[in-house]
Amino acid sequence: MTAQRLTGAEMVIKALVDQGVDVVFGYPGGAVLPIYDALFQQKELRHILVRHEQGAIHAAEGYARSTGKVGVVLVTSGPGATNCVTGLVDALMDSTPIVCLTGQVPTHLIGNDAFQEADTVGITRPCTKHNYLVKTTDDVARTIHEAFHVARSGRPGPVVVDLPKNVVVAEGTYQAPVAVRHKSYHPQVKGETSRIEQAVDLMAAAKRPLFYVGGGVVNSGPAASQLLTSFARLTGFPVTLTLMGLGAYPASDKQFLGMLGMHGTFEANMAMHGCDVMVCVGARFDDRVTGRLDAFSPGSKKIHIDIDPSSINKNVHVDIPIIGDAAYVIEDMIKIWKARQHRADPAALASWWSTIDGWRKRECLSYVPSRELIKPQFALQRLFERLKGRDDVFVSTEVGQHQMWAAQFLRFDKPNRWLTSGGLGTMGYGLPAAMGAQVAHPKALCIDVAGEASILMNIQEMSTLAQYRLPVKVFILNNRYMGMVRQWQEFFFGGRYSESYMDSLPDFVKLADAFGAVGLRASKPDEVDGLIDEMLRVDRAVIADVMVDPAENCYPMIPAGAAHNEIKLGPDGDGNASPPSDEGMILV
Amino acid sequence: MTLANEGRHTIAVLVDNEPGVLARVIGLFSGRGYNIDSLTVAEVDAERMLSRITVVTRGTPMIIEQIKAQLRRLVPVHRVSDLTVEGPHVERELALIKVAASGDKRVESLRIADIFRARVVDSTTSSFVFEVTGTSEKLGAFINLMRPLGLVDVSRTGVVAISRGPKAI
Ligand SMILES: Cc1cc2nc3c(=O)[nH]c(=O)nc-3n(C[C@H](O)[C@H](O)[C@H](O)COP(=O)(O)OP(=O)(O)OC[C@H]3O[C@@H](n4cnc5c(N)ncnc54)[C@H](O)[C@@H]3O)c2cc1C
Ligand SMILES: Cc1ncc(C[n+]2csc(CCOP(=O)(O)OP(=O)(O)O)c2C)c(N)n1
Ligand SMILES: [Mg+2]
Repeated sequence: MTAQRLTGAEMVIKALVDQGVDVVFGYPGGAVLPIYDALFQQKELRHILVRHEQGAIHAAEGYARSTGKVGVVLVTSGPGATNCVTGLVDALMDSTPIVCLTGQVPTHLIGNDAFQEADTVGITRPCTKHNYLVKTTDDVARTIHEAFHVARSGRPGPVVVDLPKNVVVAEGTYQAPVAVRHKSYHPQVKGETSRIEQAVDLMAAAKRPLFYVGGGVVNSGPAASQLLTSFARLTGFPVTLTLMGLGAYPASDKQFLGMLGMHGTFEANMAMHGCDVMVCVGARFDDRVTGRLDAFSPGSKKIHIDIDPSSINKNVHVDIPIIGDAAYVIEDMIKIWKARQHRADPAALASWWSTIDGWRKRECLSYVPSRELIKPQFALQRLFERLKGRDDVFVSTEVGQHQMWAAQFLRFDKPNRWLTSGGLGTMGYGLPAAMGAQVAHPKALCIDVAGEASILMNIQEMSTLAQYRLPVKVFILNNRYMGMVRQWQEFFFGGRYSESYMDSLPDFVKLADAFGAVGLRASKPDEVDGLIDEMLRVDRAVIADVMVDPAENCYPMIPAGAAHNEIKLGPDGDGNASPPSDEGMILV
Repeated sequence: MTLANEGRHTIAVLVDNEPGVLARVIGLFSGRGYNIDSLTVAEVDAERMLSRITVVTRGTPMIIEQIKAQLRRLVPVHRVSDLTVEGPHVERELALIKVAASGDKRVESLRIADIFRARVVDSTTSSFVFEVTGTSEKLGAFINLMRPLGLVDVSRTGVVAISRGPKAI
C-alpha cells in the first residue's frame, strides 16, 4: 500500500478522527482557513462555533470533565491563540485534558511581526503541560497523536499544537496513530508494592483515620471512584472530598463528611485537624484546603497517592508517598487489606465516629431562613430537591459565593457530574463549561449555577446555545454584588465595599429573550419552586434570575492563613475567628 | 535570603535537543522562583539528538525535591540526576581571563597563571588571555588574584559535572 498523501489540513481532520474525536470547539481566522476548508468537506467531525475563543476552551473543559475524554479546540493565530490563554491555564491548574490547535503565520514569516503573529509556543509554554510548533507537513499527524497521548495520560493537562499556514497547505505523508513508547515521557501508573503494604498496615493500626480525596480520583476514571468507595466501606473510615473531588465518593453516603477546606464543613475540617492517619488520594494539599501549614493536621501520619511526583511533598511533608494511578493503587490496597485480614480497631473507630457525630450536630451549613428574602442556600436546596435521584444532571459553576454554596448544597453521588474552576478560579468558566457538557450529553440536564457578575464574562455563549439548540439552564444567584469580594471586604477591610457593587446590571430576563432563550425571575422565596419547575420544564436554554439576599455570607469559613480549628461558623460570634494574621492578609 | 537548611546541588539533566527545550527549563526555574547559580548546555549525543544541561541550584531539601520532580515532568526530559546526592562526582568549569598589564604586573600574572596551571591562549605586548579550568572556587581564586594585576575581562562556561566511577547518567 502506498503511503497516503494528504494536505496538512486534511491530516489534521484525519488525525482527530483517528483519535476518536467527535466534536471540536472553535473559531475561524486567516491562519486556519485551510483547516476550516477541510472541515467543510467532511462529515465525521462536528464543529461547534463559539462566540469567543475563551468559550471554546472552557467548553472543551466541560466536555472533557463530563466525559473523561480529551476536549478539542481549534482557533486562529495571534488573537485567537491569546484569547485561549486563560482557559489553558485553567485546564492546567485543574488537570483537564485538552488539545488546542492554533493557527500560525507561515514558517518563513515567523519572527517578522507578521499580521496576527504571536509567539504562541512562547506564550503558552508555562500555560500548558506541553506544546509543539509543527514545522513540516510530514510531522502534523504524528505531533497531533503525541499531543493526545500527553494530554490524556499521567496527570492530564492542556497541550497546544501550533500549525503554520504553509504547513497545513502543503502535502505530506499521513501517519496513523501507533502505540509507540514515547522516548522520554512515561508516567508511572503502578504503585510500589512495599509502600502500598506499609500504607495498608498503617491504616489498619489507625485510631482516627480519614480519607482526603481529590480531583485525581475523578481524573483516573469512574473505576477509581468505585474502588475508593469499596475501600472506604471496607475500612469504615470517614471520607472528605476537595472541591475538585466532589462526586468521587457518593455524597449521600453516611461515611461522607462533606467538602473540606476554606468553605468546607466543620466536621470535615475538624476531622482533618484531629486525625491520626490521613489517606490522601489524588489531592494536592492546596492552600485553600490546608489553611495555615504549620497547624495543618498536626498529629497525623500521612499517606499520599498521586500520579505526579511533583505533587508529593510540595506543600506538606508526607510519611508514605505512593506514586501511581489512583485506581491501580487502591485496587492493590484492597487486595492487601483483604489478604492480611485487616480490620480497623472497632472501639477506636466507634469513638472517632462519635466525636465526628458531635461535630456534625453543629449543623454548620444551617442558615437563618427568611420569608421576605430568598436566601441563596434556600434556592439551591429547592433546586437540589428537584434533582435528587436523577442520574443525568451536570452542574457547572462560575466563581464566587454561589460556587461555594453549590458545592455545599448540591450533592453528587457520581464523578464527572460537577464542573467547576478550582485552581484558577476563573469567572466565566461556568456557561461555556455547561455548554460543552450539553454537547457531550445532549439529553442530560446541564445547569450553570452562576453569579450575576461572573455570567457577564462569557455571556456571549448564549448565542452558541441558540445556534445549536443547547438547552443549558443558567441559574443566577443574583445578589447584585461580587459577593465573594464583598464578603472579604466586610470581614477583612472594614466593610469598605470598593468596586464590588454590580451597578447597571442588565435585565437578565430581557437578555435571555434577546438571545432566543427563556428568561425567568424570582424575587420572593415562594416564587422559587415555580421558577425551578418552569426552568426544568422548558426544552430550551433558560436564564433564571434568582434575586437573593445581597448581604448573605458564605459559611463556614476558615480565613486564609488560619488553622482548621479556627473555623468561623457564622456571624453571631459562634466560633468567631480573630482577625487574620498579617500572613493571612496577604493570602488569597 | 539564605535559609539555614539550604544546600547547593548540581543537577544533570538529559534532554531532547529540540527548539525551546532550554526555555522550558529556564522558564521552570524563573516561573517557580528557584535559584540558578550556574547553567550549561550542549549537545552530547548527536545521533540520538540529546543535550545535557548541568544546573547548579540552591534550596531546602523540599525545594530540591520539587525542582527534580518538576524537571522530570517536562516532556522532553529523559533523565534527571542529582549528582550532589548520588555519590562522588567531578565538577569543572573553564574560564577565559584577560589581563592587560605591563612590567612587574605582567610578569606576576604569568607566575600566578603557572601556579594555577592556566594556559596563555592569546598574548599581545600589553595583554594576555589565560585559559583556566577547575572547580568554580579555583576559578574564583584565580580571578581574584588577577584583579589587582590588570584584569579587564572574564568569560566563564558555568559548571559541567559528571559522576565518578563506571556508571552513566
Ligand atoms: C472561591 C474558591 C474557593 C475555594 N474553596 C475551596 C475549599 O473550601 N475547599 C477545597 O477543597 N477547594 C477549594 N477551592 C479549590 C482549590 O483552589 C483547589 O482547586 C482544590 O482544592 C484542589 O483540589 P485537589 O486537591 O483535589 O486537586 P486537583 O487540582 O484536582 O489535582 C488533582 C491531583 O491528583 C493528581 N492526579 C491526577 N490524576 C491522577 C490519577 N489518575 N491518579 C492519582 N492522582 C492523580 C494530580 O497530580 C494532582 O495532584 C476553592 C476555589 C475557589 C475558586
Ligand atoms: C476572571 C476573574 N476575575 C476576578 C476574579 C476575582 N473574584 C472572585 S469571586 C468574584 C466575584 C464573583 O461575583 P459573582 O459572580 O456575582 O458571584 P457571587 O460571589 O456574588 O456569588 C471575583 C471578582 C476571578 N475569580 N476571576
Ligand atoms: Mg454576585
